[in-house]
Amino acid sequence: MSEIRDDLRYTENHEWVSLKDGTVRVGITDYAQDSLGEIVYVELPEIEDEFSQGEEAASIESVKAAAPVYAVMSGRITKVNRKLEDSPELVNEAPYSAYIYEMEIRDPDEFEHLMDSEAYSDYLESID
Amino acid sequence: MDRKTTPVYRNYCDLAGIKTADFHGWELPLHFSQGISAEHTAVRTAAGLFDVSHMGEIFIEGEQAEWYLDQLITGSVLSMKSGEVKYTFLCYPDGNVADDIIVYKCSDTRFLLVVNAGNREKDYSWITRDNPVAQSQSSLPVIKDQSDAWAQLALQGPKSEQLLTELIPEVRDIGYFTFRDDLFYDEIPLLVSRTGYTGEDGFEIYLNAEDGGTFWDLLVQAGAQPCGLGARDTLRLEAKFPLYGHEISESITPLEANLSVFTDLEKSYFIGKEALARQKEQGIPRTLRGIEMIEPGVPREGCRVFSGENQLGTVTSGTKSPTLNKFIALVLIERGSGLKIGDELEIEIHRKRKRARLVKTPFYKKTGRS
Repeated sequence: MSEIRDDLRYTENHEWVSLKDGTVRVGITDYAQDSLGEIVYVELPEIEDEFSQGEEAASIESVKAAAPVYAVMSGRITKVNRKLEDSPELVNEAPYSAYIYEMEIRDPDEFEHLMDSEAYSDYLESID
Repeated sequence: MDRKTTPVYRNYCDLAGIKTADFHGWELPLHFSQGISAEHTAVRTAAGLFDVSHMGEIFIEGEQAEWYLDQLITGSVLSMKSGEVKYTFLCYPDGNVADDIIVYKCSDTRFLLVVNAGNREKDYSWITRDNPVAQSQSSLPVIKDQSDAWAQLALQGPKSEQLLTELIPEVRDIGYFTFRDDLFYDEIPLLVSRTGYTGEDGFEIYLNAEDGGTFWDLLVQAGAQPCGLGARDTLRLEAKFPLYGHEISESITPLEANLSVFTDLEKSYFIGKEALARQKEQGIPRTLRGIEMIEPGVPREGCRVFSGENQLGTVTSGTKSPTLNKFIALVLIERGSGLKIGDELEIEIHRKRKRARLVKTPFYKKTGRS
């Protein structure tokens, strides 16, 4: 069973999202890292990059495949997790602390539309 | 949805941590619990075991077998002795590759062709019917697709010999690219060749389908690490072994993939010879080279390769090399670009151009005895 945290929100693309003071932090879920297998590279966005919800913001590369990480909301990148440049395996080892990027969001309502842990759990059951 | 499984599948499908993937309609292990890098390292340093029973086995038999096979493949059959193995190509008349295969000469009148799983039906039709030599002959040798009756295991890595010798002492004396088809373990008949697809010493073991699982279990108990397709791909790529559909295909000739050593243009005839001789004379348009990334990123198949504003070609296969800990790729690029080892070019990954340099291939070469 993959781990799901109660204090996070989730997307159908298996990103997790936390919100603090108008800034979201985004990573990929335990389910996502397990599906991808060994992660060998994370293509991070640039700070100040602006994205609309649903645009490809980053890319996670495992040995066999590349998986896009989407902008879960619209906004501007304020921080990226530079540790992943040298240690992409952190995403496998601790997916809920190895965030990918932080973004200052324009519309807090978008956060409210994300799945909570219960909805994400049901979602995982529906696809497995 | 209805994927085929090999006769060995049930011996590993319940292992914890296994991930399977579809490969040309087969459900095969992508990796086991330790993951691709650990399996890769096991093959480079010890012994890894692959279930490759999805590969096809086609026999050609009879008085005409030797002559007929010689017409179909780019290498010379006539120079082979019984007990020898040869890596070669089935080409189309236009010189492009129908498949890369290995040929086992069992006797003057019996040959085994091991073909790629994804090409098995196509190859069988080509060999029995669709090729121009078959169409001009009134009778052909006996050609049998025995793939479903066989299991195939690949035991690869520097400790393979020691491990397999404990079960079958005779394998010690099997030389590189030769085989024995008269071996037994208990009552299990085996064909064993010293061949592989990893760049390490190792063996490929052919058995009756019903014996495949038993022998898999024996080798695992003896200490071989189960390995999946993921490690098979990273291992072969480091060794610069071509993968059909990537480095060679229906639109790439062996000469373009720098595999002319397996293409004997001195032969009086083979299907595709005329086109390949012409290509050699007129200038081979492309060349298969190796690159490593200077800026990090995983070069994937299809990524475009640039030198300045000129697009030189595309990536055919790329990965993070577990042995070198670098991002590497094979690229099929214009021949005659003047680029030398160490020269820089750019690979377009996710719409960004990233710096890379040409490097010598193979990326990895084993040291010690060969």
